[in-house]
Amino acid sequence: MGELIANFGTGQVPMVAYLGVSLIMFFSGVYGFLTRKSLLMILVAVELMLNAVDINFVVFNRFLFPGQFEGFFFALFTIAIAACETAVAIAIIINIYRNINSVQVGELDEMKE
Amino acid sequence: MQYTLLILALPLLSFIFLGLMDSKLKAQVSGLFGTCILGTITILSYFTAFQYFTTQKIDGVYQKLIPMHMEWVRFTEYLHIDLGILLDPISVMMLVVITTVSLMVHVYSLSYMHGEKGFQRYYAFLSLFTFSMLGLVVATNIFQMYIFWELVGVSSFLLIGFYYTKPSAVAASKKAFIVTRFADLFFLIGILVLSFYTKTFDFKELTAEDSNLFAACSGATFMGFSVISWATAMIFIGGAGKSAMFPLQIWLPDAMEGPTPVSALIHAATMVVAGVFLVARLFPVYYFQTPEVLHGVAYIGVFTALFAAVIACVQTDIKRVLAFSTISQIAFMMVALGVSGYEGHEGTGYMASMFHLFTHAMFKALLFLGAGSVIHAVHSNEMGHMGGLRKYMPITNWTFLIACLAIAGIPPFSGFFSKDEILSACFEFSPFVGVTMTFIAGLTAFYMFRLYYGIFWGKEHKHEHTPHESPLLMSVPLLFLTAVTVVAGIIPFMMGTPITSDGADYHIHLNVVVATISVVVASISIIISTILYKKGDGVMADKLATTFKGLHKAASNRFYIDEVYLFITKKIIFNNVSRPIAWFDRHVIDATMDGFANVTQWFSFKSKDFQSGQVQQYAFAFLLGTLIMTAIVMLL
Repeated sequence: MGELIANFGTGQVPMVAYLGVSLIMFFSGVYGFLTRKSLLMILVAVELMLNAVDINFVVFNRFLFPGQFEGFFFALFTIAIAACETAVAIAIIINIYRNINSVQVGELDEMKE
Repeated sequence: MQYTLLILALPLLSFIFLGLMDSKLKAQVSGLFGTCILGTITILSYFTAFQYFTTQKIDGVYQKLIPMHMEWVRFTEYLHIDLGILLDPISVMMLVVITTVSLMVHVYSLSYMHGEKGFQRYYAFLSLFTFSMLGLVVATNIFQMYIFWELVGVSSFLLIGFYYTKPSAVAASKKAFIVTRFADLFFLIGILVLSFYTKTFDFKELTAEDSNLFAACSGATFMGFSVISWATAMIFIGGAGKSAMFPLQIWLPDAMEGPTPVSALIHAATMVVAGVFLVARLFPVYYFQTPEVLHGVAYIGVFTALFAAVIACVQTDIKRVLAFSTISQIAFMMVALGVSGYEGHEGTGYMASMFHLFTHAMFKALLFLGAGSVIHAVHSNEMGHMGGLRKYMPITNWTFLIACLAIAGIPPFSGFFSKDEILSACFEFSPFVGVTMTFIAGLTAFYMFRLYYGIFWGKEHKHEHTPHESPLLMSVPLLFLTAVTVVAGIIPFMMGTPITSDGADYHIHLNVVVATISVVVASISIIISTILYKKGDGVMADKLATTFKGLHKAASNRFYIDEVYLFITKKIIFNNVSRPIAWFDRHVIDATMDGFANVTQWFSFKSKDFQSGQVQQYAFAFLLGTLIMTAIVMLL
């Protein structure tokens, strides 16, 4: 925290600030995943978690291993995968809607018994 | 003499074939098939007997011959179960007896059972019975005998219960099976004890005269008797069960619920003498090792003979009279074995027993088949429904009369010779036994003629339709058996008999005193019976019955032995043993098992709630688990 305050106004954002944002994003995602009832909102929560992870990759690469690119590339990969995953998830959600006329996650318990 | 295997194989194949085809075959076809097979093995048996008695004699002694032998199961060096065929004088004689009577019954049944439901099944069971009985008599070792012994029991059960829609027949078959099976338990224990100490099952080794198998165990005793005595006594109990010796005789009278030809085959001529055969087979063991058991056999025999003869005097169901007469006559054979010595003249009892077995099989089968013919004509077993039948059924009348004379011991019919030998053996053993047996022989003559007059003489009962003589297929066996009954005594008397304890020929010497006494006693009994029953009005018989009211009532109720059994089983065993065991079974064993099931079910219902189907709950649990594991890793 001291470093954050020390660098305040110097124009350079410290690593901890990035990580703080990503932490908040990730747990917002977790919270959303656990509490939202709509499948679409849960999907949004998942995206939020993925993006928080992306930020972590980029930040660690930028601050800990400058001059290398693995973290950046991994973030790009994740973005691509996330896009695919969203497409698939939405397709599934549409099918669920066709079957049970609802996208509420609480009603998806037909496989229980 | 390898072909003797066919004697066993053919009836077995016949059973399998008839049993599998069942109603796919026409009734007459399966009947004829079974009868033809039986005819074949009868001829084979006669041929075996001829060949055996003409070729197997060495130094005047008939050798034990084993034409077939194989090891079936081997457990240890000593413990192995073999199967084989043993031919010696008694087994060859039994082959002849069994196949002859069985063939007669097969022929007779073609007509007697005509049109019965399950005719094919009946013939299949007859084949099974014949197979098991033949296997029993040719067994080379006591375990093989036990196997066939049980098979005989099963086929007897099946045939008694042939009319399985009739509750009394079902009850009778169960009773017969349970009582004999109970006795067989002792038989098995006896076999195991005997073979444990002698290290062999084999008859040839057990009965060898120079056998030193028993020397090793002469010291072993249990409760004051040697173990071998226990073993032979147990084996005798098994034999007593099948041969209906007191107190295990209760099943035989009820077994008359079966079809009459079956009674003739199984419950008169063959299966019930299995016990006698068993004692005869092990005779050297009984005689040399455990003479006290052999004397026990004799006394049980005497008591059974008297007991059954008294009951037979008051029964009114003709088949029951014959059943009690059978018990009494088998007891005669047992007594003869019990009082017998070994070798030569000493062995009269043994010879007489086997001789009586042969003649009895023939005339008792004849009596039963005659009774069947009567029942066929009047459709009733009760003596009260008969009377005066001699006019309608001349062949049955004459054959029945000859059989009655034979069993009563009137010369020259077969029963006279065999019974006379038994009586003289008894007199040599002890005068008391001799006198008692002579008295019983008199009773035999009395009740047989009571039966005869009851059926064929006396007042004519009103019949719905006039009784008629039975068809040819039923008369021919009657005539054949009558012929055998007439000559079966004379021929061994003239020629000598090879069926003795040591295998040497034996020439029968008629003991004139004994013979005269027994003939006189029998004649007096017949005369008394004639006076009492010939007219059939029953005035004097009723007077006698009222004079000896207590005895008459007790004998009519078979001395309440069945009631005693019922009391013991129902009141004592069921209440004091079975009920607690049942309670234990239900409340402890079953309850434990139910408990396991209930706890498992309860647990599964409870744990089922974890699997809610709610994705978010799973995710929450997953998150929680991750956090806990992270905390653990960080803190430790």
